[in-house]
Amino acid sequence: MDGWYVEKGPESDVVVSSRVRLARNINNYSFPDRLDSQKAREVVDNIKKIVLESEECKSYGFKFYDMHKLSSLDKNILVEKHLISPDFAIKQNVSGALISSSEQISLMINEEDHLRIQCLFPGMQLENASSLCNRMDDLLESELDYAYSVGYGYLTCCPTNIGTGIRASVMLHLPALVMTGYVRKVLEACGKIGIAVRGIYGENSEAAGNLFQISNQVTLGQDENEIISGLKNVVSQITERERTLRRELYMKEPYRFEDNIYRALGILKNARIISADESLKLFSRVRMGVDMGILKNVDSQVLNELILLVQPACLQKQVDEELKQGDRDRVRADMIRKKLRFDD
Amino acid sequence: MLCQNCQKKAAKVHFTHIVNDNKVEVFLCDDCAREKSKININMPMDLSTFITSFMGFNNETVNTERHSGDFVCQVCRLGYSDFKKTGKVGCSNCYEAFKEKLGPVLKRIHGSDTHTGKIPAKLSSGIKLSREIKELKNDLNKAVRDEEYEKAAEIRDRIKILQSAGEGG
Repeated sequence: MDGWYVEKGPESDVVVSSRVRLARNINNYSFPDRLDSQKAREVVDNIKKIVLESEECKSYGFKFYDMHKLSSLDKNILVEKHLISPDFAIKQNVSGALISSSEQISLMINEEDHLRIQCLFPGMQLENASSLCNRMDDLLESELDYAYSVGYGYLTCCPTNIGTGIRASVMLHLPALVMTGYVRKVLEACGKIGIAVRGIYGENSEAAGNLFQISNQVTLGQDENEIISGLKNVVSQITERERTLRRELYMKEPYRFEDNIYRALGILKNARIISADESLKLFSRVRMGVDMGILKNVDSQVLNELILLVQPACLQKQVDEELKQGDRDRVRADMIRKKLRFDD
Repeated sequence: MLCQNCQKKAAKVHFTHIVNDNKVEVFLCDDCAREKSKININMPMDLSTFITSFMGFNNETVNTERHSGDFVCQVCRLGYSDFKKTGKVGCSNCYEAFKEKLGPVLKRIHGSDTHTGKIPAKLSSGIKLSREIKELKNDLNKAVRDEEYEKAAEIRDRIKILQSAGEGG
């Protein structure tokens, strides 16, 4: 596996990835939920044509996916890679996705809005994600007539996206904040200043893998740069806090701290049956060991890859067969052992 | 604003939470917020009721309004009462059709009802001009309020120039 998923970006000891998405709609077409299939087809074809025929877009190697023709396994893989939203994967209307060859740019057509432009980068790279989104937006805007009002800005299906239509988010790895229980305070503080926090991948109350997504809420009344820099500010404070706590925990009980990390690696290297949830929890401990320089012979790129590969759809794609729950845990354990053995 | 959970104390925390990429938010007092974050940060809940409840609607008013002359968008035929149920509008014209009611809703969500961000290149020059005039008018009011009449006169002249430039082009 290659691509941006496994790359190491800036601040990658805490910031896993950055994402920016823009919501846009086309004038004189009702929003996708109230669009008949003929009109919906027009929207899809129109956007598809602009992107596939654009000279500038050629370098990105866009591929078009007709959502009606995609198997549910393939749709779920796109969801697991965060290239499309879970809602989009189960939508019944005429819809499509355009995804660049690096899988860094994805356009969803006829999701909740006619167009969602999304760019993903490894590590802390909100500005890069934002400027790439902006370029794609300029390019499409020169050909499309966007729904825009002087007072309200870009008009969207849900009023929570109106204005800039921008949602910037970062995925953070926060094991020390979770361990110390401090994460709850962070969550409360973020809520007060209009920043949303949610755990990802978790099935229960905990965010499995200690991964959290932090994003802006307000899209109207602030411009794009203000929104991005506001989020960056919050993220850098959380990142610093996480680093300090990691050091403090390590210094307090170095043997216990290392033991915790080495045990996680031991299980991953030896388990015969493992759930996605458990593996994500163990990856988190190993990852912290790698990022703090405690584990030297585990490659952080392999860990980035594994976080994706243990997800149900990606796992089944690798073995090219549909797996029952019990078989999945066995295949997953095999795969993890194989991947980690390379680094021994 | 009262806490939307206990309805007793003042709401201090803006609690937010995302389900399937959709945002859900609620205003809570400190105690309820602490309880909520303890229970489950991935709490499943009915998104549409949650969104509409934080927008300040409740089901009773939906019924009464339907009987007493609902606002209906002339383009997509969506009624304002439908919007209240789903939290989603049907087309771009809905914002115009429901303007009177949506303005306060937007203010509640974003703390503002005016876009200050990106302008499409096609519309750019005209909008920039009107944005500048609007800002100058605010400055003018302030100058008058502060009894800075010389400054006010300067701003007034600048507005006149911009306005005639806008009419000319």
